[in-house]
Amino acid sequence: MAVPLIRVEGLHKQYEIKGGRAVPVLHDVNLSIAAGEFVAIMGPSGSGKSTFMNILGCLDTPTSGHYFLNGQDVAQLGHDELASLRNSLIGFVFQGFNLLKRVTTQENVALPLLYAGLGQTERRLRALEVLQQTGLEKFAQSLPNQLSGGQQQRVAIARALINRPSLILADEPTGNLDTHTSQEIMEVFTRLNREQGITIILVTHEHDIAHYADRLVRFVDGRVEHDGVVAA
Amino acid sequence: MKLFAIFAEAWRAMAMNGLRTALTMLGMVIGVAAVVLMLAVGQGAQYTVNQSIASMGSNLFIVLSGASTSGGLRFGSGTVPTLTVADAQALAQIPSVKAVSPSYPGNAQLAYGSNNWSTIVTGSTPDYFTVRNWTLDSGHPFEESDVRGATRVVLLGRTVAKNLFGEDDPTGKTIRIKNMPFLVVGVLAAKGQSLDGRDQDDTAVVPVTTAQRKLFGNQFPGTVRYLMVQAKSTEAMGEAEREMAQVLRQRHRLAEDAENDFTIRNLTSVAQSAAGSAQAMSFMLGAIASISLLVGGIGIMNIMLVSVTERTREIGIRMAIGARRRDILLQFLLEALIICIVGGLVGVMIGVGGAWLVSSMAGMAAVVTLWSILLSFLFSAAIGIFFGYYPAHRAAMLKPVEALRYE
Repeated sequence: MAVPLIRVEGLHKQYEIKGGRAVPVLHDVNLSIAAGEFVAIMGPSGSGKSTFMNILGCLDTPTSGHYFLNGQDVAQLGHDELASLRNSLIGFVFQGFNLLKRVTTQENVALPLLYAGLGQTERRLRALEVLQQTGLEKFAQSLPNQLSGGQQQRVAIARALINRPSLILADEPTGNLDTHTSQEIMEVFTRLNREQGITIILVTHEHDIAHYADRLVRFVDGRVEHDGVVAA
Repeated sequence: MKLFAIFAEAWRAMAMNGLRTALTMLGMVIGVAAVVLMLAVGQGAQYTVNQSIASMGSNLFIVLSGASTSGGLRFGSGTVPTLTVADAQALAQIPSVKAVSPSYPGNAQLAYGSNNWSTIVTGSTPDYFTVRNWTLDSGHPFEESDVRGATRVVLLGRTVAKNLFGEDDPTGKTIRIKNMPFLVVGVLAAKGQSLDGRDQDDTAVVPVTTAQRKLFGNQFPGTVRYLMVQAKSTEAMGEAEREMAQVLRQRHRLAEDAENDFTIRNLTSVAQSAAGSAQAMSFMLGAIASISLLVGGIGIMNIMLVSVTERTREIGIRMAIGARRRDILLQFLLEALIICIVGGLVGVMIGVGGAWLVSSMAGMAAVVTLWSILLSFLFSAAIGIFFGYYPAHRAAMLKPVEALRYE
C-alpha cells in the first residue's frame, strides 16, 4: 500500500496556561488519510478538532507523538521547511476568510507566489488564471470588503489553490455563510476533490456540510470517537 | 526579486498608514536636520576661530619686559623697560626665529581736516607686517630707512582710515598725530575682531624710532614695550622659546640665580585653546542634536511595535500561506529603514537649507561638510536598523497559530 498523505501516531497536545497547569486538548490521536480523500471532521466545541487541523496544517506543533506528511516526520523540519510546506503542499481556507483587507483580490490570490519567489509578472498572470477558473476574474481589482461572504470565500479558495497544493485544509469554511452560499462553496470543494484529486479535510459543525465528504471523523474530548463513512 | 517584492509589500503597508508614517518620519527629519545644522554651526564656529587665529599671525610669541619692584611693592610685567630694539635684532639672529618686531605702542589723537580719532599708535619695524601676517589695501609699508631716520610716516588700520577719511583713500595724504604732520604711506587690510573681541583694525603703525623719539618720549631711550616674535614653524616653538630666554639672559647680564627680567608668552597656545573650545562646542552641539535623532529612533520603534501588534493577524495569514520568518522580519525591517532613509534625506535637505539660512540671515558662519551629511545619514540608517530590528524580530517570532487567532 502506498504511503498515506497524512499519518498521525499517538498525537498528544496540551496547552500550558498561567499557573503552570497544563490543559490537555488532544489524547493519543491515531489517524491515516490517503491522498484523494474527502474527510469531514466534526465534534463539539472544545473537542480539539481545530487544534488537530492546525497541527495538520503545520501551524502548530504536537506536544508528543508523530505526524507524517507525505511520509516525512514534520517534527524533524525547521521553520523554513514548514513555511515551504505551507506554501506549496497545503492550502488553507478559514471560517473568517482571512484575506488581507486593503489588498485587491488579485494580489490576495497571488500572495503565496510571492513567498514562493516568483516574479511580479508571473504572479499576476497565475493569479488571473486561477481567478478565471473560479469565475472571479471580474473581481480581480476589488477589495475584499466590496465582495459578499461567498465571493470572499471563493477568493480564499483561489488563493489556497494557486500553488497547486495536494491538500486543502478548511476550518469551518461555511461557518459565516448562508445555506445557499454554503452549498455553492461545498460544490467547489467537491469538484476539486473529484476532478483534480485534491485531498480535502474540512472541519464543520453541520451534518449537511459533512455529507459532502466521503469519510467522517468525530472528535470528543480530544479523542477520535468515530471514524467511518458518512452515513447517507 | 523576492527582496524587491517584499520591499513593495513594506512600501504599500506604509502608504496605507500615510499620516502615521509621515509623523514618524518627521521625528527622523527633525533629528537629522538638527544634527546637520548643529554640526554646520559648530564647524562654522571652528572656522571663525581658525580665521581669527590666522589673522593674529601664526607661531607667535610675545616677549614682555620684566616686573619692577619699588619699596616692596611689585608691579606687573612690562613696568621695567628692559627690552630694546637691539634685543629684537639679537633675537632675530636665532635660527628657529623667523622674524622679530619690537613694539612701542601709545595712545594718540589723530586728525585730518575736521575729523579726529584717538587710537593706539604702535611703533615698530617693517617686520611687524610679516609677523602679524598683515597685508596692505593700498600704499606700501615703511622701510628700514624710515626706521633709521625716524621719519614721520604712518600706516592706518581700516577703522582709523574710515573715521578720518570716510571712503576716500588716505594714501599720500598728510594727517596730524599729536599735532605733528605725518605722511600716510599705506592702509592695512581689514582683520576684524581679535579672539578677545578687540577691533584689530583700530590702529596705526609708525616706525619704532619715530614713536620713541617724536611721539612718546620716555626716560629710557631705545627701549620698547614688547617684542613680537614669529618662530619658523610650530614644531620650532619650544626650541625658539628656550633660545630666546638664553639670549636675553646673556644680553641683560643676569646672574645664574637671578629671575628673568622679561616674560615670554606663547600666543599660539592661547589660540589653540580657543580652537579646542570651538571644537568642543561643535562636538557638544552635535551630541545634543544626536539626542533628537535618538528620540526619533525610539518613535520609530514605538510605531513599529504598534504596527506589529495591529497586524498580528496579517502576519499569521502571511505565515499560513508560506512566509518564512525572515520574510516577515525583512518586511518590517524594511519599513523602519524606509522611514529612516526617506526621513534622513529630507532631514539633510532641511538641515542644509537651515544652515544656509543661518549663515545668510543671522550672519553666523555655518559650514556644511559632506562628512557631516554622510555621518548623520548613516547614523539615521543605523537607527532604523537598530530600532526596527526588535519589532521586526517580534513579528517574525510569532507563532502562526497564535497570530491567526489574534483578534
